[in-house]
Amino acid sequence: MNPELGQVALILALVLSALQCVLPIIGAWRGSKPLMATATTLAIGQAVFVALAFGILMWSFWINDFSVAYVAQNSNLSLPWFYKLSAVWGAHEGSLLLWMLILNGWTVALVVLGGKLPEAFFSRVIGVLGFVAFGFLLYMITTSNPFLRLFPVPPNGADLNPVLQDPGLVFHPPTLYMGYVGFSVAFAFAIASLLGGELKSTWVRWARPWTNVAWGFLTLGIVAGSAWAYYELGWGGWWFWDPVENASFMPWLIGAALIHAQAITDKRDGLRAWTLLLSIFGFAFSLLGTFLVRSGLLTSVHAFAFAPARGVFILVYLAVVVGGSLLLYALRAPKVTGGKSFALASRETLMVIGNLMLTVACAMVLLGTLYPLVGEALNIGRISVGPPYFGPLFLILMTPLVLALPFGPLSHWGKADLKVWRNALVRIIALAVVAGIIGFIVGARGWYQLLGITAAVWVMAGVALFAIKRWREAPRGKRYPFEMLGMMLAHFGIGVFIAGAILTTSMSVEQDVSMKPGASVDVGAYDFHFNGVTETQGPNYRAQQGTVVITRNGKHIVTLHPQKRTYSGGQVQTEAAIEAGVFRDLYVSLGDSIGDGAWSLRVYDKPFVRWIWGGGVLMMLGGFAVVLDRRFRLKRAVEPETVHAKPEPETPRKLAEGEA
Amino acid sequence: MNPVRKRRLIITLLIFGAVGVATTLSVFALQKNMTYLYSPTEVDAGKAPDGHPFRLGGIVKEGSVHRVPGTLTTDFVITDRFQSIPVSYTGILPDLFRVGQSTITTGKLENGKFVATQVLAKHDSTYMPPQVEQAIAKAEKEHRVPKPAQGGGAP
Repeated sequence: MNPELGQVALILALVLSALQCVLPIIGAWRGSKPLMATATTLAIGQAVFVALAFGILMWSFWINDFSVAYVAQNSNLSLPWFYKLSAVWGAHEGSLLLWMLILNGWTVALVVLGGKLPEAFFSRVIGVLGFVAFGFLLYMITTSNPFLRLFPVPPNGADLNPVLQDPGLVFHPPTLYMGYVGFSVAFAFAIASLLGGELKSTWVRWARPWTNVAWGFLTLGIVAGSAWAYYELGWGGWWFWDPVENASFMPWLIGAALIHAQAITDKRDGLRAWTLLLSIFGFAFSLLGTFLVRSGLLTSVHAFAFAPARGVFILVYLAVVVGGSLLLYALRAPKVTGGKSFALASRETLMVIGNLMLTVACAMVLLGTLYPLVGEALNIGRISVGPPYFGPLFLILMTPLVLALPFGPLSHWGKADLKVWRNALVRIIALAVVAGIIGFIVGARGWYQLLGITAAVWVMAGVALFAIKRWREAPRGKRYPFEMLGMMLAHFGIGVFIAGAILTTSMSVEQDVSMKPGASVDVGAYDFHFNGVTETQGPNYRAQQGTVVITRNGKHIVTLHPQKRTYSGGQVQTEAAIEAGVFRDLYVSLGDSIGDGAWSLRVYDKPFVRWIWGGGVLMMLGGFAVVLDRRFRLKRAVEPETVHAKPEPETPRKLAEGEA
Repeated sequence: MNPVRKRRLIITLLIFGAVGVATTLSVFALQKNMTYLYSPTEVDAGKAPDGHPFRLGGIVKEGSVHRVPGTLTTDFVITDRFQSIPVSYTGILPDLFRVGQSTITTGKLENGKFVATQVLAKHDSTYMPPQVEQAIAKAEKEHRVPKPAQGGGAP
């Protein structure tokens, strides 16, 4: 198929997105049913053309059409077929196309599942999503066209970056983008409610499942990225506070805050303004993430060389989206906000504390990530900010959150009940202390390890107490609705994550060694025996493959084969060999030949490292589980929608406030 | 003051307190944990701190990489084509570490030698980190000489 067709499809999608942005919103404003009805058609039409463009690009990869510059730069005749297909999003242009495809996927899902939403509100939501799509399509067509031709046509492609030739490429970008882009739905709901001057916060209930799914995907994307970095970058770290990791972590923090704020607004009608703001900022951080990764402004493991024009476009777009949203918020928020207040020691307060810590943590990450840019702009010098800044600060900020976390679910909405707190506190402390003592007996040493065990059990014990409480108090069949189940899964996941993160950090044994064939080294309780290096051949690389036999007390555990690959494009890539287990990973990666037949090797014993990602997966499942709750099933259009021809005059709805 | 106002006041104070503490901590932490990047020319001119960690960026000079036999220590020279600084690193070098390629090292100056604790080379072998590019450009400007011939395929 002709790649120019792909470009035509993109241009048609751009036209449709412009219409999708304008017509439904005008329709909602003027109360015109025919105009509002265009929303569905335009959204689906746009999705079809973007999918067509995506399919054509994928086809170009499949048939090795090196006349397409993007294919020539990122593929190769000998590249295995699954990497050929995922190479579509292996670089800038294609990943934007994936971004678009996913945005359209979310929009179509909304069209299919949101048919029962009030028509005017639905039209506005689709209109806002049309605006988002318009910006990205314009960006793609003007600065990053994936269908550019290349003359003369090279006989073979330059090959996909070897770091990307990994199953991680198949999963990490799509899931991460599902999360990023998913926040655009929560954003569209918030903007639509501001545009329409929604007086009720029912929109928040409609938005909640979408936010939870988006956050679940973002969690999975971050977990996949972390695991990928762990085994592919060859030095066994799982989080580097790299600008690009931070870029995905910031919307995650805001998303976590938003999920809780939405719950308060939905159930208690409080924090309306805050929920609106978080919805806007969640999406803004997603855009910022795209900007940071794609601009090449920051030095990071992901930083590729890119034209600054692209960065400027996203920056302007970001300014328009955030500035416009905040302006709209400033104009409309006084009208739509307000709501109930609550007692100081209630569940709401605890959730507000959590929200506060999450947003402050996000601000802290933002400051550290952008500081080098600011430093450069102000000519202070070329600065970098690394783990010594982020690590301790994040720990400090998360401590109150972790301390408060078990008590949120256990306390009551709206009213203070200190007795509940006291009882829970006594039990949780008891459990955490017992866990600490057991840890000490089992062999945990050092205050950091003990602290890790205690903190993890602190969180888990809170979840367990809550489960018991529900079991006792709630009637059979209503004990654990999906919403609650999701919360419990995610909170338990945090406990598992804490255990994994702290135990891995404090207990890992990491050694860089030089070994001759036949030599052994002891790492932790394990004996690593090096049997030398042989040559092997892969589909598009040659490799030097080491053999390392690992034993414990003379008993054979596993034989690992770390590789050093040289790809057909000449790039060198280390492939670590890992024996993964629930309680520990054994990790070997091959360095260089350092003369005399000796090789440098990295040999690690990493206990509990899987718990880090296990915790993340639990959090993701939590986000997904919430969606199944009956609470979120749309009945039919909730009320006969009266369309506001004009913004309604200021209604005296802030009665309850101040007086209560 | 009625109870609602009082509660609001407390919450607002809490928020401001938390933000204040967080900001102070952040600024302190930033100041303590920033590392500056210098080019060999700047280091040669004595601009880099002595005995304090910083980052040194430039190109790995051709023919300068030597391994100390039997150890994991590698000696090499980082240059911006005007000045050169000898570097010593103990550990496993990244895959993309090659002569003629740009790199960023983190470490300290000890007796005129830069002892690196970390060596970074980037994904893309034709890519030069913006900081290194600027450092080289700056060195060129300060010396007011035409761009030197770059051997060894430096980008």
